[in-house]
Amino acid sequence: MIAAAPIATPAVDLWAIAPIIALVATGVGLVLIRALLRRNQAVTPVCFSVAVVGLLVAAGLLARQWHRVRDDGPIVSLADMVRVDPFAVFLGIVIVAATLAGLLLAYAYLRREDLEAPEYFALLLLSAAGMLMMTTANDLVVVFVALEVLSIPLYVLVAFDRRRLRSQEAGLKYFVLGAFSSAVFLYGIALVYGATGTTSLSGIATFLAGNTLFEQTTLLVGLGLLLVGLGFKVAAVPFHMWTPDVYQGAPTPVTAFMAAATKAAAFAAVLRIVLTAFPQYRDDWRPILWVLAALSMLVGAVAALVQNDVKRTLAYSSIAHAGYILMGVYAASSRGREAALLYLLVYAFMAIGAFAVVMIAAPGPDDAKHSYDDYRGLAVRRPVLGGLLIFFVLAQAGVPLTSGFVGKLELFGSVAQAGETSDYVLLVIGVLSAVIAFAFYLRIAWTLVTAPDDDTAVAAAYSTRPRRVDGWTGIVLAGAAALTLVVGVLPGTFIHFARDAVFF
Amino acid sequence: MTEFYRSYLAVAVLILAAIGMVGFMLGLGRLIRPVRAQEQKYIPYEAGSDPTGTFGQSNVRYYVFALLFVIFDVEAVFIFPWAVNLESLGWFGLVEMTIFVVVLTLGLVYAWRKGVLRWA
Repeated sequence: MIAAAPIATPAVDLWAIAPIIALVATGVGLVLIRALLRRNQAVTPVCFSVAVVGLLVAAGLLARQWHRVRDDGPIVSLADMVRVDPFAVFLGIVIVAATLAGLLLAYAYLRREDLEAPEYFALLLLSAAGMLMMTTANDLVVVFVALEVLSIPLYVLVAFDRRRLRSQEAGLKYFVLGAFSSAVFLYGIALVYGATGTTSLSGIATFLAGNTLFEQTTLLVGLGLLLVGLGFKVAAVPFHMWTPDVYQGAPTPVTAFMAAATKAAAFAAVLRIVLTAFPQYRDDWRPILWVLAALSMLVGAVAALVQNDVKRTLAYSSIAHAGYILMGVYAASSRGREAALLYLLVYAFMAIGAFAVVMIAAPGPDDAKHSYDDYRGLAVRRPVLGGLLIFFVLAQAGVPLTSGFVGKLELFGSVAQAGETSDYVLLVIGVLSAVIAFAFYLRIAWTLVTAPDDDTAVAAAYSTRPRRVDGWTGIVLAGAAALTLVVGVLPGTFIHFARDAVFF
Repeated sequence: MTEFYRSYLAVAVLILAAIGMVGFMLGLGRLIRPVRAQEQKYIPYEAGSDPTGTFGQSNVRYYVFALLFVIFDVEAVFIFPWAVNLESLGWFGLVEMTIFVVVLTLGLVYAWRKGVLRWA
């Protein structure tokens, strides 16, 4: 046998990927605990506690990373594939917070819906690990692996309510379209690799800066396919078809988690790919983002107007919000990036808060009745709960003194700063969309404060005993409301936080 | 036609040849074989006896076994090149592969405890 020549193995900085390891280890550990405590009654509380501890450890590690990468510059490790910079850590914190909310909301929900299964916690943590991986990815292949790691548990989570047909339908729909979008994304990677000879994001940028491509079609088609693949994940029009059905059908804690965390992770990939790898091609990708942003804002807001289901309305509103965030990406400036990051943070909490109320407020034994009629008079019957939902939808509408206002102001400002005609057109579309959106947010608020028309509906509403708000849900609601209010009243700290986080 | 596309010409020829050959064989069979339609020929084969119930062509319980098989098949695909290069990869490779195998084993333990391997 020939003497083996050592193969160079990359240096591994475990500290850089410690939060991901914490989440994966906890997720795998939960599977083991579940397997060993098969018939034990305490398995759900034990798994829940372990999951919470794992998330808090990840959050602690992220907090320590934040100070280090902000002061000493980014950590690049694993043969340039992982890049931990303020941008990644900021979105990592948003994702971990959203995961914690998805976890806390689920505890009482799973018992209530008779779905108690610790597998939920494991899947949630593994999905969150994929999202953290996505924020730190500096290589298209890592982005793809992260995309799969975050998506596959989500497919299962969406279909977690096995007995409810809508949940199964949503899971299948999300799975088929998700697999399709992954394939498109992968094809994009292949074409970009074909054009540049590398999959590393910084490597692509270096190559494109140093070489003029003789033939650009391959690269441009590849870039387009990458944007299509990610467009599915961020739910931008015209790749949004799955969103209303999946958000409506999924168990409500999963919907909250998806709206907040998946969006943050997918936007991390969008921002990093277009801004790190293709800065030379900004004249080519900016028009694409212009169209995506304009369509998302308009279609999302207009379609939300005509819905009869609160959960579905919120799903369409999340499409419109994806459009607002795309404006920040479109701006292609550090101000735009800062605004997009801030908006991802504030939207995560507005969405979690709104879906948390929806989870509690829906009448009936299962998580299916969310029509406007079911919500009529909620704020009269249960002032705190109804008031919170009104607060969260007004925040999403962008009323002053809420975080939504600050976020929208920053986004619109970042587009206005660029100052070309097409920028102003996009700005007008954005404001138009915000005005349309106001209509359906006010419709939700109006529904909550008006009493049902006929007596039978009143009787029906009062005959079902109102659902108690359990402690964990209470914590999530209080946290989301506090953050939405604090960012609205004292935005300074958070704008600084986002400003520190723009650095790649 | 550029050199790039010409290099794929062989693939196109092969595809056409494959389609032509399969078409020829199936077509020839169809032309020369006798066709006597009988109802019994169109029901699932169940060891000679008439099928009972809604049993399809395959049992859905095979699905779990197929899934487990695929997992360990893919594991083998990863392990073979690793085993060949173990000396070159050294400790790094050993640690990585150990983590990989341990995670997979945990999955198997989970499936086992859940009773997936019992033919209930």
